[in-house]
Amino acid sequence: MSATGIGAPVRRKEDFRFITGKGQYTDDINRPGQTYAAFVRSPHAHAVIKSVDASAALASPGVVSVLTGQDLEADKIGGLICGWMIHNKDGSPMSAGAHPALAVGKVRYVGDHVAVVIAETFAQARDAAEKVMVDYDQLPAVVDMNEALTGKTVIHDVAPNNRVYDWHLGDKAATDAAFARAKHVTRLDIVNNRLAPNPMEPRAAIGDYDSGQEQFTLYTTSQNPHVARLVLSAFIGIAPEHKLRVIAPDVGGGFGSKIFIYAEETVCVWAAKKVGRPVKWVSDRTEAFLADAHGRDHLTHAELATDERGKILGLRVKTKANLGAYLSTFSSSVPTYLYAPLLSGQYDIPAIYAEVEGVYTTTAPVDAYRGAGRPEATFVVERLVEVAARELGQDPVAFRKKNFIRKFPHQTPVIMAYDVGDYTASLDKAMEMADVKGFARRKRESARKGKLRGLGYSAYIEACGIAPSAAVGSLGAGVGLWESAEVRVNPVGTVEVLTGSHSHGQGHETTFAQLVSDRLGVPIDQVAIVHGDTDKVQFGMGTYGSRSGAVGMSAISKALDKVIAKGKKVAAYAMEASEADIEFKDGRFSVSGTDKSLAFGEVALQAYIAHKFSGQELEPGLKEGAFYDPTNFTFPSGVHICELEIDPETGVTTIARWTAVDDFGTVINPMIVEGQVHGGIAQGVGQALFEGVHYDADGQLVTASYMDYCMPRADDLPSFDVGTTSTPCPSNPLGIKGCGEAGAIASPPAVINAITDALGHEHIAMPATPQAVWLAAQRRLPAIAAE
Amino acid sequence: MTMISMTVNGKAVSGNVEPRTLLVQFLRENLRLTGTHVGCDTSQCGACVVHVDGAAVKSCTMLAVSCEGSHVTTIEGLANGTELHPMQAAFREHHGLQCGFCTPGMIMTAVDIVNRKGSTLDEHTIREELEGNICRCTGYHNIVKAVEAGAQAMGAGGMQAAAE
Repeated sequence: MSATGIGAPVRRKEDFRFITGKGQYTDDINRPGQTYAAFVRSPHAHAVIKSVDASAALASPGVVSVLTGQDLEADKIGGLICGWMIHNKDGSPMSAGAHPALAVGKVRYVGDHVAVVIAETFAQARDAAEKVMVDYDQLPAVVDMNEALTGKTVIHDVAPNNRVYDWHLGDKAATDAAFARAKHVTRLDIVNNRLAPNPMEPRAAIGDYDSGQEQFTLYTTSQNPHVARLVLSAFIGIAPEHKLRVIAPDVGGGFGSKIFIYAEETVCVWAAKKVGRPVKWVSDRTEAFLADAHGRDHLTHAELATDERGKILGLRVKTKANLGAYLSTFSSSVPTYLYAPLLSGQYDIPAIYAEVEGVYTTTAPVDAYRGAGRPEATFVVERLVEVAARELGQDPVAFRKKNFIRKFPHQTPVIMAYDVGDYTASLDKAMEMADVKGFARRKRESARKGKLRGLGYSAYIEACGIAPSAAVGSLGAGVGLWESAEVRVNPVGTVEVLTGSHSHGQGHETTFAQLVSDRLGVPIDQVAIVHGDTDKVQFGMGTYGSRSGAVGMSAISKALDKVIAKGKKVAAYAMEASEADIEFKDGRFSVSGTDKSLAFGEVALQAYIAHKFSGQELEPGLKEGAFYDPTNFTFPSGVHICELEIDPETGVTTIARWTAVDDFGTVINPMIVEGQVHGGIAQGVGQALFEGVHYDADGQLVTASYMDYCMPRADDLPSFDVGTTSTPCPSNPLGIKGCGEAGAIASPPAVINAITDALGHEHIAMPATPQAVWLAAQRRLPAIAAE
Repeated sequence: MTMISMTVNGKAVSGNVEPRTLLVQFLRENLRLTGTHVGCDTSQCGACVVHVDGAAVKSCTMLAVSCEGSHVTTIEGLANGTELHPMQAAFREHHGLQCGFCTPGMIMTAVDIVNRKGSTLDEHTIREELEGNICRCTGYHNIVKAVEAGAQAMGAGGMQAAAE
């Protein structure tokens, strides 16, 4: 392993600009003559718009324009789309209501976009937005999914019972038969709490229009600028793709919430032509809480059937998924194909049947958030397994091991074909690192201090490397999920790699450069990674679903193969040898059996001067591209163990130690991978202990700031013990599985399993706030006193 | 409009601002020092932390006019030319950042912690002191390590005073 190659903890190339304040985020960019946008948002959860009177706003200082949904319609600008078609049990398509970027006729959640005010300054735009008079006829809010499904109040006419779809997966008859012969059935009702993604950089957009070139440019906080351009062009109709450039510069975190094509970005780029000047919008944090797509929000009834020895026979799940007031870009797929196919977990479960209802409510749209469906599935499986073991009087570790999948490949009853893994290895290693043997002693020590100590396991699996295009196409996706790469070798041997992946914290500028350095033998500081601009990179599908390593780097790897292959041809001419005799190793092309060799940079120069092969079939230059379409999902897996202590006097839960052992296959940069795990754990612990989006019965968002929505802070968390095992992924050239979401998927059930272990009973909902834990602990105290 | 003057990163600056202009807006919009970020509206996240007359301040919560005559240091003023401040170097060495958005505020807060608490900091103290800075990427693990190492380096280099 070289100091900068695959497996080395290379310090990040991108850090210098961030630690010196020289990052270029969207809000750091200004365009000449720029105006500022402020959105008029609905104060009501559900209302008919009777009229919009902009006269006072238009007379307000500095106001350039006020635009509404009628103006969008007049310009034939289409609505926002949902790119994944889900079919009902009877085969009919889901019921998707229209989603205009600025509301037409009705508003459907607090924060819904009614109009945009464009002014000379941001303050003038905000001042004037308050003067736009909207006459509303209020309709009842519907926040609760069960209430929504009664259909008493209809949010979209196309969905009479507010049911977007009624979908299922698996073999119902086989599963019912498994339950019929079960010795024991474990039943759980689970609320997977609604979360706000909260990347620290709020969304922002600048629309710009060059009337001379008839060219639009959108600077935006996107995880996938090419997908944004495709949707804005082909579906929303801003401009043809060759007349629309989307730039996603430095982006300050995404966690899924910056995948989607939102109203504000759409309006800014459209309005730039309308007002003839650039239009800039920057979200404040409250707007982010109101209008960024939320995550999770499931109500689930789950059942696990076991035989007399504790072998799992079947799993049955009924889930209601809150999709909010409109279908966001990929929202329909999250509680269906990103959820139910993961319900087998790490276990050999012969029969699984899942039913999912997608439900409209008068709340913000819900879409992918770190893990997207897989945390919800893992929570169901790992709570069920834990509770089943406890009900059967079996050790949770022994119960898991008894049911682990041990032979690979393994076809689950819910689509997925697991390729490789060693679940016992991760569990054993995690138990050793967590000193599980010493837990009983630590529990006694806690008890002496009047504290309740608990230990919780989570053995998770996820499907990453999203995804084989044919597979997702057959399941309803409107796009293919391959990735592209182009490797441009300059005449002096420096290398630029253009990738369709997008880095918003993941460190691609370093890890991707490590791959190039490793393969070409070029120093890492002579490699530049180019991303985030549709005028530079031809196409790409972006970064989400832990796909940039497994899919994005596989595309780079393929392009590098082609560069080396062409380099051999050039080297053969340059050294007057047969191409078959050229070897490439450690950055040098050599003629086998001789001492003749050329450095990579010398061959690059030969490729560009072309003196040695002019007039031959070989073309000058050294630039190769590749598209990589995966042949399977990847299946990262692992075990997280949470040990915590509860103070029954205050209900405060303190995480005493956290152990994570993950199998990510090949690891390119262990420092960056560990960082991804740390961040994921923090978000999962946030879900389990602190976070929760809450609407009141009138549909008002009561958690719309950091004063009300509890983000995990430094003093809420411990340091984490992170280890790995490795079974390299067989389906991609690098053996990478992906690491971005694992922590957020694994951690919530580990926390709740530990809390319920400490409390001695099973009912605690997320977030397990001090109040909830205190109430639960009070019920437990008499029993503890008796012990 | 009000005329204001202050010293930012060692340079005398002035500007004509609306009285409601926040310090962070003055820094970002008037001076184009965009390393200082805005991550919330409620003085919770700390992405906007700068030093005013040697103390850490959330610049989204201070009016520019109230900094008249003050000495302000932002993330852009921390390095000595191309030589990184030890706290900046520690954040890079210990992977204390991912997306980088909270990082300027984290680093400015970390330097302030060392200025107030000295260069030998335990994990508990660092975590308590970082309570006013939110990071969504790192889970704080590596930020805590970076602050501890950066503090030690500041102590070894006698850098506390030089930071201002």
